[in-house]
Amino acid sequence: MTDISTDPVPLTREEAIALARQMLRIRRFEESCAELYGAGKIRGFLHLYIGEEAVAAGALSVLSPDDAIVATYREHGHALVRGLTAKSIMAEMFGKVTGCCRGHGGSMHLFDAATRFYGGNAIVGGGLPMAVGLALADRMQHIERVTACFFGDGAVAEGVFHESMNLAALWKLPVLFCCENNGYAMGTSLERSESQTDLCVKAASYRIPARPVDGMDVVAVRQATATAAAAVRAGEGPMFLEFRTYRFRAHSMFDPDLYRPKAEVEEWKKRGPLHAFTGRLKAQGLFTEADFERLEAEVTAELAAAVAYAEESAWEPVENLLKDVSAVPASATPA
Amino acid sequence: MSERLSYREATRQALREALQRDPRVFLMGEDVGRYGGSYAVSLGLLGEFGPERIRDTPLSELGFVGAGIGAALGGLRPIVEIMTVNFSLLALDQLVNTAAALRHMSGGQFHVPLVVRMATGAGRQLAAQHSHSLEGWYAHVPGLRVLAPATVADARGMLWPALQDPDPVLIFEHALLYNSEEPATTAAVEVDIRRAAIRRVGSDVTLIAYGGMLARTLVAAEQLAQDGIQAEVIDLRVLRPLDEATILDSVRRTHRAVLVDEEWRSGSFSAEVSARIMEQAFFDLDAPVQRVCGAEVPIPYAKHLEEAALPQSASIIAAVRSILSGRAT
Repeated sequence: MTDISTDPVPLTREEAIALARQMLRIRRFEESCAELYGAGKIRGFLHLYIGEEAVAAGALSVLSPDDAIVATYREHGHALVRGLTAKSIMAEMFGKVTGCCRGHGGSMHLFDAATRFYGGNAIVGGGLPMAVGLALADRMQHIERVTACFFGDGAVAEGVFHESMNLAALWKLPVLFCCENNGYAMGTSLERSESQTDLCVKAASYRIPARPVDGMDVVAVRQATATAAAAVRAGEGPMFLEFRTYRFRAHSMFDPDLYRPKAEVEEWKKRGPLHAFTGRLKAQGLFTEADFERLEAEVTAELAAAVAYAEESAWEPVENLLKDVSAVPASATPA
Repeated sequence: MSERLSYREATRQALREALQRDPRVFLMGEDVGRYGGSYAVSLGLLGEFGPERIRDTPLSELGFVGAGIGAALGGLRPIVEIMTVNFSLLALDQLVNTAAALRHMSGGQFHVPLVVRMATGAGRQLAAQHSHSLEGWYAHVPGLRVLAPATVADARGMLWPALQDPDPVLIFEHALLYNSEEPATTAAVEVDIRRAAIRRVGSDVTLIAYGGMLARTLVAAEQLAQDGIQAEVIDLRVLRPLDEATILDSVRRTHRAVLVDEEWRSGSFSAEVSARIMEQAFFDLDAPVQRVCGAEVPIPYAKHLEEAALPQSASIIAAVRSILSGRAT
């Protein structure tokens, strides 16, 4: 764990507040989800991003609206920052027809065509080859875009991680691999599952430029992503960033969190990304307590509206059960 | 003597025509380029279309099938070749968990216009890891379309409509068929990839087969005809969505059905077809539905054992006779 950076942030006040706002949105959204899970409004698996906010907020702040985003089942934060509305995400969690995926996907499967948000993939590593293919399509159609693929440290143990690294490097595809290393594949620590725990070494073995980034520092995440994405966009081939981060909550709502010492969690919490960032901004005079209160009020209002919207929304009519399985409605041809 | 076209050449011609007609189409897979395809289907296409569109891949079935999904999402029309159905199991996750599920999981926002071709079936003494018939597993999965061209004309005429399908299509090419020939026609006849085909008309019994089993089923039907038994032969050719109407219409006329399926009997595709006949045409039947299936063994190498493991014309004929013996004349 590195120390909290106290360096002045090279951002305008507007940029800084935007980052703080996104991290706060994620934090409060996730807290709200946990509460609604307890109330039985959200069901299924629910994986919270609390502690990791700096990664989504920082990385997505410097990607272009044309770029593609591929994410995992811990993707509420990415979806929010990418521009899916809190309403459409919350309604999806409630299983309502107004959800971004009409209640078909739930927490683990958020998708949005309008913002090129490709999930919401709940097979560990499953989004990696999809990202390779999206980038291949861009390359073959001469479109200068980046595909940013988020995945956890657990994914590097999957064969498809290695297949995807190799394909992206072999074909010099515009993929930005964003590894969110929170130290645990569900309950198994990196040390207990990998012979080589330096994940950048794995990427580098495929000749992909790789660097570790302090994933608790939103400024570091933003800068590293901007640099790497520019290189990818310029046609230099794939890049790999390892964001070293930590989740403060359990893996999912079913996880009793027995596999890691409480002291370790507490130690990481001292580096909470939102707190660390606003602290720096205040020291620099870019941010005041009044700013924080204003953001807090905005986010509270946004979330209250999202929850009310989800609550009031209708369910997908059960007649539509088979509607989106194939282009041809199931009733038109025998299954 | 008129010119003849092989199933291999027909498949290649279908690929060539698709590559010419649609700039979004490309072929990707193991040894499809410089080697010319493990079954020589794509031989010569690299020279015609170049390495971008005839794309050799590493031995990474999961990776390149997943990349095919991504490329389809990104606006292209990829055709992914997997060497053989056994290897497709390495890509099963991407096919089932992503390609088949994405449209529904995303609330209809995304769809995957991907075509995956692969060789299937036994008969070439390739033993237990290159010879199986697992089409039925894929036909189990909502969101996939599963095709099994059994004729040269279908090999040529199914690819283009498959590429027009906005959802993933799997095409199973039986390895024994690549050398089979039919008189060449100048143009491809587009196949209706929603419908089964009646390959022989008959009134006494309905024989239902697909892919590599069609030819020997037709041979059995000809031999039965010599004894005055007129068998109707249905080539399913589309395993999902299944064309029930053609099957049920035939069975209602013949009142008897024998299913021929190279797959292992337990949980085979023929079990599904049999169940549908029972459910919907039970009172039209004059005899129990019979199945002639592959023996429940990993396909053996030795020729006599491999033959014994597969449905043969003689076993098809025997099954037909067993349900016709009590027939009123």
